Amino acid sequence: MKADIVFAGIGGQGVLSAAAILAEAARRQGLVVKQTEVHGMAQRGGAVQASLRIAPDAIASELIPRGSAQMILGLEPVEALRYIDYLVPDGLLVTAADPVADLPGYPPIALIHEQVRSLGGHLIEADRLAREAGSHRAANIVMLGAASVLLSVPPEILDACIGDAFAARGDKVVAINREAFRLGRAAIAPARR
Amino acid sequence: MTQVAGRVDAARILLGDEAVALGAIDAGIAAAYSYPGTPATEIMETILAAAPEGVTARWTVNEKTAYEAALGVSMAGRRALVAMKHVGLNVAADPFINSALVAIGGGLVVAVADDPGMHSSQNEQDSRYLADFARIACLEPADQQEAYEMTREAFDVSERFHIPVLLRLVTRIAHSRSLVTTAPPLPPGPVAKVESVADWILIPSNARRVWRRLLGAQDDLQEWSEASPRNTLYLSQDDRGLGVITAGIGRNHYLENLPDLGFIPSHLHIGAYPVPAAAVRSLAERVERILIFEEGYPFIERSIAGVLPTRWEVLGKAPGPLPLDGELTPDTVRTALGLPERPRITVAGLDLPARPPQLCKGCPHDDSFRALLAAVGGDDGAVVMSDIGCYALGALPPYEAIESCVCMGASVGMAAGASAAGLRPALAVIGDSTFLHSGVTPLIDAVAHDTDMTLLILDNETVGMTGQQPTVLPGSRLEPLIAGLGVDREHLHVLEITPKRVGELTGMLRAEMAHPGLSVIIAVRECVEAIKNRHRGGKS
Ligand code: SF4
Repeated sequence: MKADIVFAGIGGQGVLSAAAILAEAARRQGLVVKQTEVHGMAQRGGAVQASLRIAPDAIASELIPRGSAQMILGLEPVEALRYIDYLVPDGLLVTAADPVADLPGYPPIALIHEQVRSLGGHLIEADRLAREAGSHRAANIVMLGAASVLLSVPPEILDACIGDAFAARGDKVVAINREAFRLGRAAIAPARR
Repeated sequence: MTQVAGRVDAARILLGDEAVALGAIDAGIAAAYSYPGTPATEIMETILAAAPEGVTARWTVNEKTAYEAALGVSMAGRRALVAMKHVGLNVAADPFINSALVAIGGGLVVAVADDPGMHSSQNEQDSRYLADFARIACLEPADQQEAYEMTREAFDVSERFHIPVLLRLVTRIAHSRSLVTTAPPLPPGPVAKVESVADWILIPSNARRVWRRLLGAQDDLQEWSEASPRNTLYLSQDDRGLGVITAGIGRNHYLENLPDLGFIPSHLHIGAYPVPAAAVRSLAERVERILIFEEGYPFIERSIAGVLPTRWEVLGKAPGPLPLDGELTPDTVRTALGLPERPRITVAGLDLPARPPQLCKGCPHDDSFRALLAAVGGDDGAVVMSDIGCYALGALPPYEAIESCVCMGASVGMAAGASAAGLRPALAVIGDSTFLHSGVTPLIDAVAHDTDMTLLILDNETVGMTGQQPTVLPGSRLEPLIAGLGVDREHLHVLEITPKRVGELTGMLRAEMAHPGLSVIIAVRECVEAIKNRHRGGKS
């Protein structure tokens, strides 16, 4: 497997943990990874981006060149579109449908959804599914589930990584995130049939 | 590349900062010191979490005290790491530069994280200049594996040449993750006080002698760098007259694009400084044009290009083809190599609103800023100096409540200066940790002259922006500290700031702004992120 993935969202949504979990899953498959992230000032409620590069052998740059990501994984639709020029022309756009619209000039959400669809993108009701799993905070893991179907990552490996990533927060948090992962996978599956 | 397939199994995914921390621990440090600063913070966080018993690991009040403590460890013959962001080295510059003259005992390594692109900083300064200025060795990793290995190596170099060694990181090394394989650790060495204390007493008669020693050692350092396996020269049969010099992460962006180039330039990669001059000359013999990919300032470029005409075309950042500011990216490097852009998706008319960072919901600073705006609002003669921290976001809408943010602690002295110049009321707004870092000394100046100004300390009981590290002194110690400096008790107030008490703080500010002398108000309430972390049982 070789994939460059841009994770886009907002500080506090769990962009970095989603990227870290997928990176660990790749490592457990014997793949090489490079992941970048931003900390500090940018994390305070601003736009947050992480990139993850996965390959069977050496990866050169930490950064994904424009026009070469296989996937943009958005935890918020405007944030996903922000990085559209990183996508390879036939790449995958997968994003949570739920807007975080607490800023001036936020476009009508219908327009944003339309834009995502016109680019062949997948809109996932991540917030609803996360709540169904037990916590709105698990939306990042819902999205990871959806992405994992499209990226063909073995679900058992990712499931184990999710378990390990949340183990310190207790069994309940682990169970919620496992369920969020399952619901995310199910959300994308019909579209693929 | 350092990631060899067979090693992947044993490897862990580590952040560059984590790799540095483990490298230092495995090199047998007796102590590590740091002040939080993006992108260096995770070095100390990792040491605190991973260091074996007996290793001293401390957040300090600022980078200068961190450096001096590490220097003391070195004089006692033991290894010490000191970690900071690039601008922190300005604060530590005094001990840093002078420590190059003393005969370092236990290895002393200063890990400095530069922030090209200014992701979370006020400038793009390049620490390689400071290493050069201090006349010491510098190592610059190109990935996390090298970050681990070079940290260990830096201690050996420090002890071999009796100088501190600077490990230069950049954001994309510090805050990127990749697979790292560690090597068996060394135990911390015993206490062994340096033999010649005269080498540590920089009175002029000694200083002249040790300065000559440092100057004399430059040839040895140069020889070390020429021979270092961190500097690799590849002479190509098919370079078409082009030589490429890369440093640190610049190599990765270059290699990313190399397959599309159609030929293979001759290539010198630099990971160890001083710049290996002989290797540069060997490269130059083969080529007509030299293209340089280095993160930060055009440091190597300037040391090669000079001012006199040469037969070589030296290309880099001044005047181009690369921009002088911002980070290198695979895209800017691609353009500089003369390659066409990769095809990409463009969406016509897609106008997305910017999403700048903002204070967390429920942040105590929100209440303080509302009080400040109500107290100062509309007064054209007033000035509100501020400082480094989350509260710098008070410069942005919806507040636009502060008028300066320059460097740690600057607000206090700047308010005093503005007051002297005739702006009244003059206010300084600073966080508790920044105040302890560099605000105490200018407050002593203000006490000495009873300067007509009002200092508002936003005490959120943590170092907020860098991820809620503990402040070195608890907030409850601020009031006695400030009273002890001599601030008049009548004009020193502590207020627990809540949304309901915005009016009270407003009134207090108004009264103290009217007072023709120094006043200090401490607005206390814990950072909401710090509270969340505690409830989660540690940082996530
Ligand atoms: S991290 Fe703390 S101090 Fe910073 S904005 Fe959030 S609540 Fe405020």
